[in-house]
Amino acid sequence: MELYTKTISECQSLIRNGQISSVELTRSVLGRIASLNERLGAYITVTGDTAFRQAEEADKIIRSQPVENLPPLMGIPVAVKDNMCTEGVRTTCASALLDDFVPPYESTVTGRLAAEGYVLLGKTNMDEFAMGSSNETSAFYSVKNPWNTEMAPGGSSGGSAVAVAADACIGALGSDTGGSIRQPAALCGVVGLKPTYGRVSRYGLVAFASSLDQIGPLAKTVKDAAILLQAIAGPDTNDSTCAPFEVPDFTSSLGRDIKGIKVGIPKQYFIEGMHPRVEDSVKKAINQLESLGAKAVEVDLPHTDYAVSTYYILATSEASSNLARFDGVRFGVRRQKESDLMDMYTTTRSAGFGPEVKRRIMLGTYALSSGYYDAYYLKAQQVRTLIKQDFEHAFNSVDIMACPTTPAPAFRLGEKLDDPLQMYLNDIFTISANLAGLPGISVPCGFTDDNLPVGLQLLGRPFDEENLLMVAHAYEQSTDWHKIKPKLLDI
Amino acid sequence: MKYEPVIGLEVHAQLTTDSKIFCGCSTRFAAEPNTQTCPVCAGMPGALPVMNKKALEYTIKTGLAMNCRISPFSRFARKNYFYPDLPKGYQISQYELPICIDGHIEIVVDEDVKRIGITRIHMEEDAGKNIHEGASGYSLVDLNRACVPLMEIVSEPDIRTPADAALYMKKLRTILRYLGVCDGNMEQGSLRCDANISIRPIGETAFGTRTELKNINSFRFVERAIDYEIARQTRVLEEGGHVVQETRLWDSAAGRTYSMRSKEEAHDYRYFPDPDLVPMVVDDAWVEEIRSSLVELPDVRRERFVNLYKLPEDDADMLTSDRMLADWFEDVVKAGAEPKAASNWVMGELMRLLNEENLSLEDCPLKPGQLAAMLKLMNDDVISGKIAKTVFEEMYRTGKSPDVIVKEKGLVQISDSSELEKIIKKLLDDSPKEVERYLAGETKLIGFFVGRVMKDTKGKANPKIVNDLLRKMLRSSF
Repeated sequence: MELYTKTISECQSLIRNGQISSVELTRSVLGRIASLNERLGAYITVTGDTAFRQAEEADKIIRSQPVENLPPLMGIPVAVKDNMCTEGVRTTCASALLDDFVPPYESTVTGRLAAEGYVLLGKTNMDEFAMGSSNETSAFYSVKNPWNTEMAPGGSSGGSAVAVAADACIGALGSDTGGSIRQPAALCGVVGLKPTYGRVSRYGLVAFASSLDQIGPLAKTVKDAAILLQAIAGPDTNDSTCAPFEVPDFTSSLGRDIKGIKVGIPKQYFIEGMHPRVEDSVKKAINQLESLGAKAVEVDLPHTDYAVSTYYILATSEASSNLARFDGVRFGVRRQKESDLMDMYTTTRSAGFGPEVKRRIMLGTYALSSGYYDAYYLKAQQVRTLIKQDFEHAFNSVDIMACPTTPAPAFRLGEKLDDPLQMYLNDIFTISANLAGLPGISVPCGFTDDNLPVGLQLLGRPFDEENLLMVAHAYEQSTDWHKIKPKLLDI
Repeated sequence: MKYEPVIGLEVHAQLTTDSKIFCGCSTRFAAEPNTQTCPVCAGMPGALPVMNKKALEYTIKTGLAMNCRISPFSRFARKNYFYPDLPKGYQISQYELPICIDGHIEIVVDEDVKRIGITRIHMEEDAGKNIHEGASGYSLVDLNRACVPLMEIVSEPDIRTPADAALYMKKLRTILRYLGVCDGNMEQGSLRCDANISIRPIGETAFGTRTELKNINSFRFVERAIDYEIARQTRVLEEGGHVVQETRLWDSAAGRTYSMRSKEEAHDYRYFPDPDLVPMVVDDAWVEEIRSSLVELPDVRRERFVNLYKLPEDDADMLTSDRMLADWFEDVVKAGAEPKAASNWVMGELMRLLNEENLSLEDCPLKPGQLAAMLKLMNDDVISGKIAKTVFEEMYRTGKSPDVIVKEKGLVQISDSSELEKIIKKLLDDSPKEVERYLAGETKLIGFFVGRVMKDTKGKANPKIVNDLLRKMLRSSF
């Protein structure tokens, strides 16, 4: 078995046992990236040289320190979505506007990974500014689904999901504003975790929608996701929306018995028109949870129907303001035809942003405009509160919820690009967790007849990633779905 | 038709915190461009604001001093507009939930106390500065000032004359400087004033159409700019026109206002709550703690000066207009000086000398104890009032104690009658004509004789004794 196929926890023991070095592991993964990236487009930037330097640095520490002193991610090669600032490493958000942007500072999450001695493999492809569900809005190239390269990998963290699925990294970070970790994880057959809003610092994450964005791991196993979350979670004085709560030991709850756990099945999440094999796989997964001792009960989330429209008002409103800083004055690609200010703004932004980003800026600008604010933004905030209350109410009687991550498996590249509404509906089951701030995870739970992966989504109470990971882990360990790798890629 | 102006002021006050409102950068004035910036205040992608608690404390302090209610729950909003000096493309400000509401301050107009309502005080960040000089075909941006904490103090439209507006501004400045939350320097821009002005026929209760006046950047211009705008609006109405709602700029060089943008051109700022900052929950205990730390405010202090020191209202007014001045005065009194005499010297000679050199009290070389010691010498008849002026100036220039100066310069008053008698006798002998005229009834000439004695003694003669001796000796020479 090639080293690049290993999980984080496998690599940990191999490194600690002295069986492999971080440099060997890094070389293996970088080789994998080199052989695949042209076909799959998972990375925008591959940081080969610095990766080797970091790996050598890690190996030095590994040789000189007792094993018990080594941080969990020492020497582990990780991919990072290209919307997290990495000091000195180009960070594009997959936008032409930031083609040349090299951040002068480090995001909190990558800073924490670096403090553990990780190896940065590179920056992964994504939908431009994380706006999209297929990875096709990237200004550079779209990402191909390794299960079928004519299919989209989902988005916006498609590059990270594909890197994990294709063994082009050991683990990865993504960000999730409306499903951007969970949806591509489901479509690529990997584990994707969106933590509770406020569990992980957003400092250094280029904002799409500040009240919804959350960074989380994409990984080969639930345990790997727990290890990555452990490294990045916790209070941050640079982000006042980051909760001042102590972080529990996520891996220690893995392997516990889930007998008696109450699993809510939201009836609104099994809708007409959803893909029959998705519905089938998810229902089987729920049966599997029951066979492990969990108790499934139906729950009601009556405001679910309004989630997508609420989301597209709030997310675009915040985005229209968040993206105002890309004005060509201080960073990014400045374009100008004439020497006046308005021309600099309009030319820079017209050429720099892609159509989906422009669509959302216009939508959000409209929703916040005087005379429309009450009808759109304010109303959407009120509905958001109702959606949140739906969950609070439901979680009074259950510990966790289980449902599909997406209504359908991966779709063809180009299929929905000209139909934004169809594209937006992809996030129908993932969006509510962002609106309510809840943690959610997608784990592989089967395949369609076309051999496309299906994801089971579990949702937890706020700041209860422990139970979420515990149940996800119990399910995963009782099935083989996560062990099946895309065959297409054997080269 | 007679018109009545209706004026409301929006005052921006820069807080004196060491660091910026949402990051740790220094707020020091006049540093090299862009040397006091970081990812947060430069609006780098991914950077996030974190509230400076000191700025919040200062704003609450100001609210309490201006009789406001402190909102237990308030939050920041984004004010969206594009400008190169605004790095994020929005200003973090407060909109529908400001921290302080419903206050007032008082101004004294011809012995009448007028109450001016404070609608709200909110916090916001300053923008940077665009620099157009020294560059051709482009402008430069300095972000040192970006993210510096400001309070916006919005008055009710309670002001009726340009003079009252100036008084209000001065009162505001006095309070801010008492609290130590703002240095009140209009020229450096740490205090800025926008005025909303409309006029209406006297007796009318509805407001007229208002214009907003910007760029009033000196105390001198508050009154003049508003005066000009009232006259302009009056002229427009008298000529049968109507006032257009717009923003106008005051041009201090030309002494006029001109249109900057019309209502139609006004920005839609698309305010919405800033999702990067959590709402501010202020608990009562903290507010009370801040309240108990408040210094004595100017109105209370003025009352005390009148009651305790028996000072005339004008003296008390003047002395308490500046906290440092009032402190200085009180230190003189505490060192044993008689209050009215202390007040006269502080407001007279001390101010004169400071003004001559354009110094502030902060840089005053003289200590209150020196003045008190000098006043004691006067009181003990060691020196005369006239000599005291010399001593005072000498103290001011050299920093020496009055006793040393008097001794070194031989300025001790001549109160020895026999010595003075000799001098007077010689004077009378030398001035037979004047003596004759005096005896003929021209008693005014006493001044001439006193003057001569003072001149002969280089001012050291005790004027009271000189007077007594002169009268007695003139009479006896009859």
